[in-house]
Amino acid sequence: MKIVWPIAQKELRDALHNRWFLLYTIAFIGLSLALSYMSLAGAGIAGFAGFGRTAASLINLVLLIIPLMALTVGAQSLAQEQEQGTLAYLLAQPVTRIEVFAGKYLGLALSLLASLGLGFGIAGVVLALASGAGSPLAYVSLVWQTFLLSLTMLSVGFLVSALTKRSGVAIGIGLFLWLTFVFLGDLGLMGTAITMRLPVEQLLWLSLLNPLQVFKMASILDINATLDLLGPAGIYAMQEYGEQLRGVFLALTAFWIVVPALAAYVRFHLRGDL
Amino acid sequence: MIEFVDLTKRYGKFTAVDHLTLHVPAQGAVALWGVNGAGKTTVIKCLLGLLRFEGQITVDGCDVRRQGRAARQRIGYVPQELAFYKEMTTFDMAEFYARLKGAPRTHIAPVLEQVGLAEHQAKAVGALSGGMKQRLALGLALLADPPVLVMDEPTSNLDTAARSQLLQLLTQVKQAGKTIVFTSHRIEEVETLADDVAVMEQGRLQFVCPSSALAQRIGLRTQVKFVVPGDQLDHALAILRDDGLAVRRNGVGVIVDVAHGEKARPIHVLGRADIEVIDFEME
Repeated sequence: MKIVWPIAQKELRDALHNRWFLLYTIAFIGLSLALSYMSLAGAGIAGFAGFGRTAASLINLVLLIIPLMALTVGAQSLAQEQEQGTLAYLLAQPVTRIEVFAGKYLGLALSLLASLGLGFGIAGVVLALASGAGSPLAYVSLVWQTFLLSLTMLSVGFLVSALTKRSGVAIGIGLFLWLTFVFLGDLGLMGTAITMRLPVEQLLWLSLLNPLQVFKMASILDINATLDLLGPAGIYAMQEYGEQLRGVFLALTAFWIVVPALAAYVRFHLRGDL
Repeated sequence: MIEFVDLTKRYGKFTAVDHLTLHVPAQGAVALWGVNGAGKTTVIKCLLGLLRFEGQITVDGCDVRRQGRAARQRIGYVPQELAFYKEMTTFDMAEFYARLKGAPRTHIAPVLEQVGLAEHQAKAVGALSGGMKQRLALGLALLADPPVLVMDEPTSNLDTAARSQLLQLLTQVKQAGKTIVFTSHRIEEVETLADDVAVMEQGRLQFVCPSSALAQRIGLRTQVKFVVPGDQLDHALAILRDDGLAVRRNGVGVIVDVAHGEKARPIHVLGRADIEVIDFEME
């Protein structure tokens, strides 16, 4: 930690000075406040919604903003420093590649946590003051699931960064992956299910290949205690796996955090020439 | 102190460094000399473990490949292209690298003082001049007081005043007993700092010689332009030619091709013939 922590601190400080990062955070705070207001207004009652209803509304917002934020910061992490030459200078110091990698990952993970904490925190305080209705547990659970989701996307972003040498290319690939995870994944899955008449079991597992779907199901399960509202796949999942689903979701999330990060490190380590 | 044994670096079919074997003694200063593309920077990058290579490099007995951290702990590095986090202040930058090097915080102020940046410690690194940045790079390299200083073209991007300032600092560092390895293609830098010069060409070590003998060994020549009164131009050309110098006319002056260390010779020749030298410049 003697080396990892100073690098993590530097990353954290850089991220908090990054205009894009601040913009994402502000957008997230603003939209989450607006959503919480509208979620109850839509039901015919003006004013701020309670924690549970707001958490449910926030799932779709999180699905859009957080992967974009985590993927872009992850994609820039190594590629930008390599492009600027700062990575070679850093590695010319008495440090190892695993320390540099771990420091950068930890720093960016903490900055994402800080951003989410700020976004959810402000929205939470406003909600508590404005309505105070409902259990905050669903809200806290969503914050946790969102943090895990941001780590999965950060790991994928790191992998992109380790595979490219130019920051612009890395961000481009990051944006393409974001589109794939957010839109194309859903549409592709729907199209495949309709044209191939997929059985519900296969549909469930195919959708679980997308970490964003895992987040959505895990969050709904936490808030609603059932996946019935997701239709046949949700009903099948509940009947077939029941309470085991939480473990399945956690394992899949852990897979998406660990495997891309590990692959990114292996690539970074094997790249050799800087 | 530093041993390069059979160092070879290939990029596909291109061999950037070809079986280089070189010994740098403790407290010695060795310059790697050569034109662009000779392989000098590649040698430095291999020494720092930034490139994969064949052969072996050891620093104070530490194998660069297997004991990279220990080897780099003994090295302070001044890069050719300054790659700094521009938003950080000078002090924050020094503090960051001090922590990575395991240097005490108390070292920062004296080092910044030594390189003349004490007054600029609150300035963002991006706002420093080229000379200041290079002095900061030297300061960062010296933070943990390493026994070895490795520099890649340390003065290449500096103007004359900044170069002279940095060379003064480096001379002090050398006198403090550091082992120095640096790349250069500036003869005055090599003559000031290096004890020995390793001359490289197309990745191969050609020879090693004392720095004082370099100019003669490589036949280094300088072109000096002299401005003389217009009515004495033809006479000046004849006199210089008679003295065996290679000379040609250039507008209102003459250009003389002289060996390194003989730049004053044409002035003496012209003076003996009572030809006034109005101005001169070296190219």
